[in-house]
Amino acid sequence: MSDPIKISIRNLYKIFGKNPKSVLHHVENGLSKPDLLEKHKHVLGLQNINLDIEARHIHVIMGLSGSGKSTLIRHFNRLIEPTAGEILIDGQDVMKLNEEELREFRRHNISMVFQKFGLLPHRTVMDNVGYGLAIQGIKGDELKERSQKWIDRVGLTGFEKHYPTQLSGGMQQRVGLARALATDCEILLMDEAFSALDPLIRTDMQTILLDLQKDLHKTIVFITHDLDEALRIGDRITILRDGAIIQDGGPQDIVMRPADDYIREFIRDINRGRVVQIGSIMAEKGSAETSGEPILVSRNLEDALPMVSASPTNAIAVVDDNGQEIGVVTSKDIMSGMERPAVAERAVKFM
Amino acid sequence: MAKEESWIEAFPAMERGDLRELRKAVDSGFREFSADFGPYIEAAFDPLLTFLIWSEKLLLNTPWFIVLAALAAICWYGSKNIKVVIGVIVSFMLIGYFGMWENTMRTLSMILVCTTLSIAFGMPLGILMAMSNKAQAIVTPILDVMQTMPSFVYLIPVVMLLGIGKVPGLIAVVIYAIPPLIRLTNLGIRLVDKEVLEASDAFGASKRQKLFGVQIPLALPNIMAGVNQTIMMALAMVVVASMIGVKGLGQPVLKAINNQQFFLGVMNGLAIVALAIIFDRVTQAYGLRIQKHRNKAH
Repeated sequence: MSDPIKISIRNLYKIFGKNPKSVLHHVENGLSKPDLLEKHKHVLGLQNINLDIEARHIHVIMGLSGSGKSTLIRHFNRLIEPTAGEILIDGQDVMKLNEEELREFRRHNISMVFQKFGLLPHRTVMDNVGYGLAIQGIKGDELKERSQKWIDRVGLTGFEKHYPTQLSGGMQQRVGLARALATDCEILLMDEAFSALDPLIRTDMQTILLDLQKDLHKTIVFITHDLDEALRIGDRITILRDGAIIQDGGPQDIVMRPADDYIREFIRDINRGRVVQIGSIMAEKGSAETSGEPILVSRNLEDALPMVSASPTNAIAVVDDNGQEIGVVTSKDIMSGMERPAVAERAVKFM
Repeated sequence: MAKEESWIEAFPAMERGDLRELRKAVDSGFREFSADFGPYIEAAFDPLLTFLIWSEKLLLNTPWFIVLAALAAICWYGSKNIKVVIGVIVSFMLIGYFGMWENTMRTLSMILVCTTLSIAFGMPLGILMAMSNKAQAIVTPILDVMQTMPSFVYLIPVVMLLGIGKVPGLIAVVIYAIPPLIRLTNLGIRLVDKEVLEASDAFGASKRQKLFGVQIPLALPNIMAGVNQTIMMALAMVVVASMIGVKGLGQPVLKAINNQQFFLGVMNGLAIVALAIIFDRVTQAYGLRIQKHRNKAH
């Protein structure tokens, strides 16, 4: 993809404990998390994180609880200070900012949405949405107009004078989203932003986010423990385990080529028919005789199945966005695409 | 030396002579200190005295019906509860009818000045304690001493330094009444939701913006509980303060004790109770009102 790198993390380490710097070299030499805890009474948060995040994309960081994903996202705006490493945003090292510069950076360059919303309970929806702007020093009509614009945009028109506790969880998080968008920062951090919501509301919020992103083209770092959510909204997915990156790639990479059994375990229960795209399974152009309607490369297996079945030769052509034929897909390809990869460890466990 | 007493039978105490010397040294030292510096310290408290006299005159010289109307208005603003307002008007009518209006106004003025002072010193101190664990470790034992030391004990040095009158009385009352406000301000700020604070940080709020925009507003219900406690404790000190010359409802009570006048004691005691109930209801209703929208379940 052609977009430039917006955020770049280099050799990032985070160790929690009394004197993290003193045990850093053990970790750099490969001491494991349990050993570090046992021998040195320090907790390893993140180890040797190297990550590039493209501008104008949604980058999902995924992991189970304790994997360090919430710790990692708090390094982007330095809510947590790393033990070692560089955080480059637009080429500038965030670690070199002093207190005042950091405040300015947080006000104008990076905003955040929180899992439990983090709204101010004593302020109305209007004042909550305008909070970031008020901190920037914007007052009066401009504050009101700009807040109102985002209240309308997330569909909360008419609720301006309500207090957060008078709203449902989904509506509260819309306030959180509007508050983060109102400051017009290019980077948006979302820490398990939809995890506290009911499944239906969560899907709604994902739709709202994707719709907004079509116009806004923010650089979004999205934390989640939910693979379906990650696959739905992520342009790129990074998977964390025990504070280390174990795979970093596009959603199709994760599903088709899981890096290890941990990830294989993760993707076991997903609906492959809906997630796997034709592009990931198609065969070379001309490798089979095609007939019937061609299919778009970005469609999924579920869409392709009836079309292939309807084709007399059980094979259809695959075309790109411009209608150019780029491959072939057969019913056999679809079958093997549906098959989930075997998990070796699991088989051993049951013996 | 005569017969040696065994240290097993009696606690090996200090020699009586030495103890006497020590006592003399401390007492005369403090007496000298208060003789040398008493006037300066008294002068330093002059603005306080002016403030006290001003507020007392204001309440005494204003016609009673205007004071009553103003009190009713304040109660209405604080509680938005018509029952509380009617209760206040009836209580003050009775107090006036039984000839205790002036003394009640004096006590009211004392409580107002004392509460203002307590807030002015207590809130910043509470905030400091919330911001720094070191400050908390230092201030907490001092507050413990202030709350448990019998008030007569610290009346002695205050009277030695400043003599008898309004200011020493005020100081004694403030020492006794300020700890709950400091404690509850500290507690309130420490209990503010960490995620809200983190959000505030993430949007680049300065320490000032955080303190006045998030921490104090969210701690306000607790701070109001502290103000309420402070007022209650100040009222409890009214009789003790009257022993060192503070005029008001305490003096008739003191007189009633000395002369065994049951009726006088009961009437003034009831007036103090009435004041306490009024202050309590109004501050509590205000505290509840400011946090109403937070507890409203969806």
